[in-house]
Formats: sequence, structure tokens, C-alpha cells
Amino acid sequence: MVTTNKGSKLFTHIALICLSIPAALPLIWMLSTSLKAENQIYTGANGASFSLTSLIPSPMVWANYPKALSTVPFDQYLKNTLFLCAVSVFGAVLSSSIVAYGFARINFKLNRPLFGILIATMALPGQVTMIPQFEVFRSLGWYGTYLPLLVPAFAGAPFFIFLLSQFFKTLPEEVAESARLDGANEFRIFAQIVLPLAKPALATCALFQFLGTWNDFLGPLIYINDTSKYTLAYGLQQFMSAYGGQWAQLMAASIVFTLPIIVLFFFAQKTFIQGIATTGGKN
Amino acid sequence: MSPKLRRELTGLAFISPWLIGFIVFTGLPFLRSIQLSFTRYDIVRPPKFVGLANYQSLIFDDQVFRNAAVVTLKFAIISVPLGIFCGVILALLLNANVRGISVYRTVFFLPSIVPTVATTAIFSWILNPQIGLVNGLLAKCGVTGPAWLGDPKWALWSLMFMGLWGVGNSMVIYLAGLKDIPNYLYEAAIVDGASPAKRLFKITLPMLTPVIFFNLVMGVIGSLQYFTQAYIMTNGGPEDSTRFYALYLFDRAWRYADMGYASAMAWVLFLAIVVLTSALFGTQKRWVHYGS
Repeated sequence: MVTTNKGSKLFTHIALICLSIPAALPLIWMLSTSLKAENQIYTGANGASFSLTSLIPSPMVWANYPKALSTVPFDQYLKNTLFLCAVSVFGAVLSSSIVAYGFARINFKLNRPLFGILIATMALPGQVTMIPQFEVFRSLGWYGTYLPLLVPAFAGAPFFIFLLSQFFKTLPEEVAESARLDGANEFRIFAQIVLPLAKPALATCALFQFLGTWNDFLGPLIYINDTSKYTLAYGLQQFMSAYGGQWAQLMAASIVFTLPIIVLFFFAQKTFIQGIATTGGKN
Repeated sequence: MSPKLRRELTGLAFISPWLIGFIVFTGLPFLRSIQLSFTRYDIVRPPKFVGLANYQSLIFDDQVFRNAAVVTLKFAIISVPLGIFCGVILALLLNANVRGISVYRTVFFLPSIVPTVATTAIFSWILNPQIGLVNGLLAKCGVTGPAWLGDPKWALWSLMFMGLWGVGNSMVIYLAGLKDIPNYLYEAAIVDGASPAKRLFKITLPMLTPVIFFNLVMGVIGSLQYFTQAYIMTNGGPEDSTRFYALYLFDRAWRYADMGYASAMAWVLFLAIVVLTSALFGTQKRWVHYGS
């Protein structure tokens, strides 16, 4: 639908501006609260005395940030989260691409039925396997460690396997065939010829695995019991329930938690948008 | 080694990370879960076989379960169509050829990438009954806002509003769908003198139905498993008005160490998802247009 006439353009602008307000206001309010003094929070927004000037913190209390970050060891949580993200992105991308290559390019007997099972597992709700998985990890002595959060990534993620195998199928067979005649084995063809061509698809998988791990709440909730091992997502929730009324600090901590994702978005906009358009979005 | 056998083994070697992971983390747990659903089990002592008792009390006795199922269905029935409606409207507006469109697109998209736990923090704050932004704005208009998350009538709606804030995610999918509609369809329609409204209802929306269907299915599956936001913001309250299915299941498993019962609940959930998605796939023929 290509809009051409002036009137409808004006209407589109007005509609978009009106809708932008509820979209942007919560973020602006979060930022503004994070810089406010306690007394401005408690008087500024109250009933009749509420006004739009209360959007602007006066005075600007930058100290909310160091205060929030020292109330709870967020720097430790950040380190933990980055560690989990790095390892699980590495594991998920590596193994998903290997597995996807096997499904897409090698014609073995059980290929189709196993691929069918892979697709079916995507529809299985996590609640069904949650308890037996816990039993498995507990019997391995992994409860309270990061292993239950990391090791499954190395088994590949069904969604990424699906995505990558669709991509691998589109690559022409000739290149691989000539390498095969030159005596290259299948793994070398995968690692040296096919994988470098798949960079955009791999970037999509890496991004979504990163976001999934960064956001993950249920995993740490079930498996992590030691405060020194908390992730940002879990630590922020713990902060919320412990310091409920400290809105300025809570908003400051939330911004610290959100900002890396927003920065990542501005650096990798294309991967975000195309990734969501092709995969259907967040896990 | 014959080349055929070699190919078989190479194939299996490539998929082995997934195959092993599937067996250990999905396949065996799947079977174990069926078994556990017929037992009483606190994870410390060995499971005790109780036959159909878990399913029986789920269906006939457990009022909390019934309420959780109703709350979850209500949430799915309202929030999924609402999300589709808003996502499509936004995408249609953003598909227009006006200045500054990339700024608007970023404004609508950003909320959807804010991590869930941060979103819950923001909304707990702006929905605060006394000093929150929403009731502050309402008071400006002379309206006394409700207690939102603290009000049994409004808590579920609060979570739905919060979900709408993240509509940018599906908006991107609709936008991609709109870009895929071939231009010649519109050109032909304009030549035939079709009005903009007619083009919207006869070309744009029908061509968008596969994407709408995809979001509908994913939305239903996702909302039946809705957990994190409710766990953090309301923990089921007030008066069980936001005690979602997955939340009650989680409590049964980890708060009451009632793993057998929770497994039975997981299976009922799984069956519900299978039935609902196949029902949706059944309606597909009547309204989803594939290809042209």
C-alpha cells in the first residue's frame, strides 16, 4: 500500500506520533526516574501535583547509579551473564551449524525421520521436560552450577538447526562436489567452504542465543542457588523483591541491564530486523 | 568401508550433538514425565505409583487448577487477537511512504527488545497506584486510576497492556510480510479503480494472512505458557486473578515439591497446546491465503 496523497500522509504522521507516546513514555520515564532524588519521586507524581515538568529530574542524581550497583553486586552479575552468553553462543552456533549441515547436505537413511522429530520438539512445551531434566542434572551433581544452563546449548538449538539447514540447502552442490573430488572430507567442506558462506545466518543465531541467555529467568531460578552466581536477569528480580520501594535505584539497575541490548540493536539493526522477520522473533 | 556405509556414518556423526542432546535432555525426560504423572513424587524419596489420581484430582477437585486454566485461556483469547490487531495497524502505518519512518520504526521496536525482567520493573513502577505515571496522568484528567496490579479486576489487564508494549516484535514480521506483497497487484487494482479501503481488504489483508496465522499460532502457544512476568509482578495475586497455568505448575513443582502432580499438569498443558494448534490449523483453509 503506497500512500501518495498529502491528506493521508498527514493522517499517517498524526497517528504515528500519537502512538509513539505510549511506546516511548515508559522508557523516558524509566530514564527520568533513575536520575531523580527520592523526594522528587514521592512528591512529583502524586495526583494533582503531577505535571510534565516532573519528567525532568532536578537535581540530577547521578549517584543513584553507583548506589544501585553497590547495593547488589551487579558487576559480578554482569560478569556471570557475559560468561554464560559467550559460552552458550559459542556452543549453540557451533553445534547447530554442524548438525544443520548433516541434515541439509548428507543423505543418510534416518535423515528425514530424525529431522521430523527435531521439528516436533519445537512444539513441546518446556514444562513437560522441566522436572525430569532437573533429575538428570541433579543426579550428575550439576545443581547449583552453570552446567545445566550451558551444556544443552552444545546439543544445538532446534530452531537454529532448522534455520541453518534451510540456508545450507540453498547453496549450490557443485562447489562441495569439486572439493570432494579433490579428496576433501565432509568436515573440511563444511568448515572451509560452507560455513564462511553462512555468516549472516550464523550472526542471526548468535544474536538470538545471546538475547535468550541474557533474558533467561527460569533457568537461573531453577538451577542457581548461590548469590555469587546470579545473572543480571535473576539478580534484578531479587533486587526488586528486596528493595521494592527504591524506584530510582531499581530504574538505574534496569537501565544498566537494558542498555547493552539497545546498544547492540543500534550496531546490528539489520540482523535484528531480518532475524525476527525470518525466525518469528524472541525465544 | 563401502561409500554407502561411510555416508551413513558421516551423517550420523554430524547430527550426533543434537541426537545425544535430544535423547538425554528431551527424549528420555519426555517418557519419564509420562511416568511421573502417574506418581506421587517429592524428588527426594522415590516416586510412588498412584494411577490416575493426579489427573482425577486435576479434573474433578482442584479449584485452583480450574481457575488457572480459565485465567490463562482468558489471557490468550484477549491478548493474542489484540496483539495481532495492534501489530497489523502499526505495520500498515509504518509501511506508508512518509518522512522519518525509520525513527518511528525504532520507537515502536525498541520496547520489544527490553529484557523481560526490566520490562516488569518498568511496569511495576509506572502502574504503581499512588505515585505511578499512569495514575498520575489519569489524575490529571480527573480520573482516579485503579490499583492495577493490586486490583483483582485490573491485574490481568495490566499484564495485557504490558504485553502490547512489546508488540514491535510481531510488527516487524507483519512489516516484512507487507514488503513481500508484489506491487503489480496494487497497480492492477488502481487501474481497475479500486478504492484504498478495497485494496486494504481485498489485497493487503488477505496477502498478510499467512503471517497473521503464524503469529496467531505462536501467540497462543506462548500465552498458554506465560510465566515470568506473572511470577515477578503479581505472583498469582491478587485473589488468584493472575495465577496462570505455568505459574501454578511451577509452584506445585518447586514450592510444594509435588512433582507427580506438576507432571500431570504439564501433560494436560501439552495436550491443550496440541488440540488448540490443530484446531487453528483446521481453520486455516477457510481464511489463510497461501501463494497466488
